[in-house]
Amino acid sequence: MAVPVIEVKDLHTHLVTRWGTVKAVDGVSFSVGESETLGLVGESGSGKSMTCLSIVRLVPRPAARIVSGEVLLDGEDLLARSEREMQRIRGRKVAMILQDPMSSLNPVFSVGMQVREPVAAYHGLRGRALGRRAAELLAAVKIPSPAARLRAFPHQLSGGMRQRVVGAMAIAAPPRLLIADEPTTSLDLTIQAQYLALLKELQERHRLAMIFVTHNLGIVARMCDRVAVMYAGRIVEMGPVRELFTAPAHPYTRALMESVPRLGARRELLTAIDGQPPDLAKLPPGCAFAPRCANVMERCRVEAPPEIAVSAGHATRCWLHVPA
Amino acid sequence: MSPPERRASPAAGTPLLEVSDLTKHFPVRRGALGWSTTLVRAVDSISFRLEPGTTLGLVGESGCGKTTTSKLILGLERPTSGAIRFEGDDVVSLDAAGRRHYRRAVQAVFQDPYASLDPRMRVGAIVAEPLVINTELDGGARRRRVAELLDLVGLPARAAELFPHEFSGGQRQRIAIARALALSPKLVVLDEPVSALDVSIRAQILNLLRDLQKRLGVSYLFIAHDLAAVAHMSHTIAVMYLGKIVECGDADAVALAPQHPYTRALFAAALPVDVDGKRDETLVAGEVPSPLAPPSGCRFHPRCPHAMPHCATEEPTLRTAADRLVACHLY
Amino acid sequence: MAAESANATLALPGVEPTVGARRARRRWPVISTSIIAAFVLVALLAPLVSPADPYEQTLRLRFRPPVWDERGSWQHPLGTDRLGRDLLARIVWGSRVSLAAGVITVLLASAFGAAVGLVAGYYGGRVDAFLMRVTDATLSFPVILLALILAVTVGPSFTNVVIAIAVILWARYARVIRGQVLTLMELDFIAQARVAGAGAGRIIMRHLVPNTMNTLVVLVTLQVGYVIILEASLSFLGAGIPPPTPAWGSMIAEGRDFVTSAWWVSFFPGLAILLVVLAFNLLGDWLRDTLDPKLRQL
Repeated sequence: MAVPVIEVKDLHTHLVTRWGTVKAVDGVSFSVGESETLGLVGESGSGKSMTCLSIVRLVPRPAARIVSGEVLLDGEDLLARSEREMQRIRGRKVAMILQDPMSSLNPVFSVGMQVREPVAAYHGLRGRALGRRAAELLAAVKIPSPAARLRAFPHQLSGGMRQRVVGAMAIAAPPRLLIADEPTTSLDLTIQAQYLALLKELQERHRLAMIFVTHNLGIVARMCDRVAVMYAGRIVEMGPVRELFTAPAHPYTRALMESVPRLGARRELLTAIDGQPPDLAKLPPGCAFAPRCANVMERCRVEAPPEIAVSAGHATRCWLHVPA
Repeated sequence: MSPPERRASPAAGTPLLEVSDLTKHFPVRRGALGWSTTLVRAVDSISFRLEPGTTLGLVGESGCGKTTTSKLILGLERPTSGAIRFEGDDVVSLDAAGRRHYRRAVQAVFQDPYASLDPRMRVGAIVAEPLVINTELDGGARRRRVAELLDLVGLPARAAELFPHEFSGGQRQRIAIARALALSPKLVVLDEPVSALDVSIRAQILNLLRDLQKRLGVSYLFIAHDLAAVAHMSHTIAVMYLGKIVECGDADAVALAPQHPYTRALFAAALPVDVDGKRDETLVAGEVPSPLAPPSGCRFHPRCPHAMPHCATEEPTLRTAADRLVACHLY
Repeated sequence: MAAESANATLALPGVEPTVGARRARRRWPVISTSIIAAFVLVALLAPLVSPADPYEQTLRLRFRPPVWDERGSWQHPLGTDRLGRDLLARIVWGSRVSLAAGVITVLLASAFGAAVGLVAGYYGGRVDAFLMRVTDATLSFPVILLALILAVTVGPSFTNVVIAIAVILWARYARVIRGQVLTLMELDFIAQARVAGAGAGRIIMRHLVPNTMNTLVVLVTLQVGYVIILEASLSFLGAGIPPPTPAWGSMIAEGRDFVTSAWWVSFFPGLAILLVVLAFNLLGDWLRDTLDPKLRQL
């Protein structure tokens, strides 16, 4: 297979807080190829958003620091680039769609001005050609009457429309990698379905590698080819979507699957995960999930498990799967 | 031990809550000097029943009116027209004593665990507040009741001495639930009770709510946009769209075999946690129209894949079709 | 059964860092508090602390310089004014006037202003609109002008100073508190109180007041300095505390013509004002940083 579009190797990002140094991203490695979607699943504090910010080197400074690792975009390490080079890469090669469409767009500029901006920057177009291309982009994200919409302001559009505008700006270049951080969480369900279908279409058309961050397993099942489950800054399981859903290896993944209500399985009690998400400033030694794990062993509390292969392309960090 | 009731019990078979043609309009001032007023038909003539000890799930997208409905039931808004009957008595025309009784019987848990607890009050005072306002219990009796309630929701007694900011989101929701149960209500309105919580905590809270229903016989009006959670918790589901109920029936029936085209699209969009599951790819086109200018006739007709000519002119009424109520000309 | 397993899982205190307890406390502003405490003590114990009678005139000893000058003496450490009155004694007694004026005025204005802000924010609608129009009108009225008018019509006095300032100062509190209340009203715990049956009185006293206390405390502290300067200005202009009562502002005015020759007569009262106001401002800053609602988790 060709070189993957994005390859993250042993990424470490630390956050210095009043309560100590937090290892927000603690040794994360994965790769995503063209036209492939990797789902990044986890709860608050799992490190999924920080991983995405680390890839584009937009971690909040000075508190956060990318400590070590490599982020290879088409083979070249982004962490070794200068800030000026990164500015040329952001947007052009790597684009991000964030969760809140209200704050993703500048409220005082029209939609047209905001969509024109990346097009002018990346393609050097001006005047009428610029306007035409901007309208084309809006049409590509299925906004009705795109030419008229160019003059609209963000507050005149609905949430779904705004996210589409954000999507149009994201594919202006078009980029090699699209990172979508919970893009549909604040949208209505039927609008969400439309938007996900749109993202899939854009991915096919431009052969985008996509990283889709979400906590919604239903979206993962629909959108992703592979999924990485994160907990306390580490990837605890990664593999093809089908395998993770049918035969999850890590107890956390299993517990997540069982704790989500499913249509049609009403009268059974959900299997709740005991305890609370971990306090990243006070992580226990050993496996971070040990305090809540139903299958915990003594070894788990003492030693953090390494990555262990479960099957081809499917690995997990869990002592349960040590080959005998 | 809950304070003694002083009202006659309702006749057997009376639903706990019955809403008939409930309507709420909000005037919106438009025009340069605020002269012309248009109406937002937030809730437009809805009717449903809730039996004691059961859960009614209310689903719908933004602008459908489910939040306004919950406010009407909680007495935070007054209806423009229509009736809310609680244990047979019309709520709007209650006298002071009746209103007090209603207050105690209907409580709420809201979505944001970080905003629903007064940050300056200790947990014990927060949970005891309904008791302070509505009962004559003395300090000692209140403390005992608070300890009882905290135990019910799985919190240790010493939580009463702490402040809300010392608890996590899931724990705060438990405190909110404890407060809601303080007066031994018959109905608790749950407005997105787990949406703001981490996924791994949601199951804890949902299980707790079901357990409490079994133990205490309390009814729930469960409002959420997580359809699977609603289907899991509810006995009956009512689907709202632009202020109207479009489908209402047994939860399993509505969730697994939806009949109204909107319900179908909604549940299809809910994305089952199932890689091989049958993918119902009915995508609904367009945006949710503004409640200021709802479409004529059936409000869903502009987006409906099965729209017929008379859907645009004639509004369908909610009528029985097989095992449930549907408002659609197809049936 | 489900509740039991939930019981077993809970570890209190909760997982979140406790903002109050674990946050590294900013150091208490020792200097500011000491200065304020010193002046307050001096003001309270003036009869005991003062080295001399502030009213006693010894014309023979007029314009004696401070002790470190060759013509000064320890009998009058900071020198004397044009009527031979001991400057240090007058500064000590003047602190009573200034601090009392500052504190009383601010307390009156803040109590009234906060009440207006609470009512306006809670009820909204026409009540709010009316109260805010009154507040706006008040805010635009100049304090000094009002004090001068009072001085001219009714005659200058301590009471008039307090009234003149308080009558206009409350508007500032009303504005700020109303803004806070509007934010608080959006939060669910207010709706919850209503659902539990709470009426206006309970919601305002039990929920809104405690949550606006922080802002009020900061504002009050910062305003005390401002009022002290206002009072001094009024006294300087002759519209404040009338002579011979020692007041720092009028003391500065008395020394106005002798700044080059007997500089100490204006300088030391001015220094006193500077120290007290600076101390209150620094304390207010520290309080604001510590009690800032943004740092508190709602």
